[in-house]
Amino acid sequence: MRPEVALPILVPLLTGALSLLAWRSNIMQRILSITGSAALLICSIWLLISVHQEGHVVMQMGGWAAPWGITLVADMLSAIMVLLTGMMALAIAIYSLGSATPSHEKFGYYPLMHLLLAGVAGSFLTGDIFNLYVWFEVMLIASFALLILGGERAQMEGAVKYVTLNLVSSAIFLSAIGLLYGLVGSLNMADIAVKLNQTEHSGLVDVIAVMFMVAFGIKAAAFPLFFWLPASYHTGPVAVSALFAGLLTKVGVYALFRVFTLIFNQSPDFTHEILLWGAALTMITGVLGAAAHFEFRRILSFHIVSQIGYMLLGLALYTPLALLGGVFYITHHIIVKTNLFLISGIVHRLHGTYDLKRLGGLYRSHPGLSLLFLIPALSLAGLPPLSGFFAKFVVIRAGLEAGAWVVTGVALVVGLLTLYSMIKIWAEAFWKAVPEGVQPQPPQGVGGEAGLALMYLPIILLAGCTLFIGLNGQPIYLMAETAASQLMNPQGYIQAVLGGVGP
Amino acid sequence: MEPIMALIVGCLYAAAIYMMLRRSIVKLVIGLMLLSNAANLLIFTSAGMQRGAPPLIPEGALRPEGIVADPLPQALILTAIVIAFGVLAFAVVLIHRAYNIIHTDNLDQMKDTDT
Repeated sequence: MRPEVALPILVPLLTGALSLLAWRSNIMQRILSITGSAALLICSIWLLISVHQEGHVVMQMGGWAAPWGITLVADMLSAIMVLLTGMMALAIAIYSLGSATPSHEKFGYYPLMHLLLAGVAGSFLTGDIFNLYVWFEVMLIASFALLILGGERAQMEGAVKYVTLNLVSSAIFLSAIGLLYGLVGSLNMADIAVKLNQTEHSGLVDVIAVMFMVAFGIKAAAFPLFFWLPASYHTGPVAVSALFAGLLTKVGVYALFRVFTLIFNQSPDFTHEILLWGAALTMITGVLGAAAHFEFRRILSFHIVSQIGYMLLGLALYTPLALLGGVFYITHHIIVKTNLFLISGIVHRLHGTYDLKRLGGLYRSHPGLSLLFLIPALSLAGLPPLSGFFAKFVVIRAGLEAGAWVVTGVALVVGLLTLYSMIKIWAEAFWKAVPEGVQPQPPQGVGGEAGLALMYLPIILLAGCTLFIGLNGQPIYLMAETAASQLMNPQGYIQAVLGGVGP
Repeated sequence: MEPIMALIVGCLYAAAIYMMLRRSIVKLVIGLMLLSNAANLLIFTSAGMQRGAPPLIPEGALRPEGIVADPLPQALILTAIVIAFGVLAFAVVLIHRAYNIIHTDNLDQMKDTDT
């Protein structure tokens, strides 16, 4: 029994179920939400410590041995992702106390949020490809419902696109699982990896690999399958946007990392080459889309797309240093992007709009908030000494060492354009005076001053994390190095799952 | 049997994609339904079709006797059907609500959040 592998899934599931029981009491749901998220964070730290000591932590569900039963397995990458899930869960739970309106709470905001977290954690920890599909669906159905909380026109339009594209992606994923099962007769990822190396390498393997790439590419919002993301992410409640921005696309990226290092590592000349150019185009389209927009959350949404490109670049180069950079980048990006969305929520609360042309004067009225914005914004653009600098540095260094000159050049230019977008938000929302003819709106939202303080608290904590990674990146770097070496040598993973290290 | 199944699966995928490319959101949801059915049949076909006894293990034995059907694809399909059913129920409610709010079922007029 290794309870720490199962707990990050069970805790949010239980929290979600309990808050469903407390459907009528908003206060009970809030208390459960905070307790559940804090418990999730503690479990994820426990898991990280275990993984750090032992390398791989494996638990066979129901005591069925590996290729037959469902396996939960955590390596360093999973543990890092689960830890970030726990951190974001707690941050969003605190923020929601100040930002969730009573009507959102009445329609199941907290239960849905925790079911979503259970789906995310399940996707990170499962060692079974069909089980991964099931966790994806758990996550998706909760995200559908969260996205349309409030039921405004824009949300409906965004949700139609979001639901359609994600269901198409699920169907492709399911078809690919079917074909893969027909080929190797197994669903356990470690077992598939072993059997796929024993079978003759035929064209069908590449077809299946590309189907997985398309399915996860849609979820990760990679070029050319990204367009559902900027059409929908800015429509939901702001805490939901922040949670989606931080975690959901990264589940797709994680799945790509897992599948294309463990299972489809036979012909990197073909698969990883496609990923490489996909990564370059993802970076360019994302950053150009952001440059054209003047709406706070839309700019940030497009920047999710462009940053996904850097993570995919780390995977596509497929060297130890590049994978290290990819993992480091995911860590940095989840913290920073969630934080930027949370700040946009405070700006909306203060001025009643996300439109940059109607915003202004925040530096004069709220210098503290401006400083808090600058930390993640400059980190996103990659300025030293913040976390983004080291993440970009490692990825670009790996690109240069691998001799991928064009793609590395693209990554550098995109970094510059990211800075342009962040400066645009800074200049429009914070620096310039309030535009003439715009009536300053009274502060909105629930909870008054206390509510606002609760919204500030996670922002300060996350900005602290960004600074910490920037000034003291060594522990994160070492963890990412372990994760990368485990990904490059999947033998350890396979042995841990199949080698009878059971309950 | 496999060639016929392959043809059916191909036709289902084609029909699903055709329906999803139409402008009406109702047809979009019908397309999604067909797509999930196509995927289920694909699992069924590609896992190998054979006439076999139910995979029951006699008492005291370690493995079933004779040729038995592979129960796993059926379990996968059952799970996938349940999931698809739930998701489609949500999609139907969503398009109903979307129609009530936007007053159109034409996807071409749902572009406000795109640009």
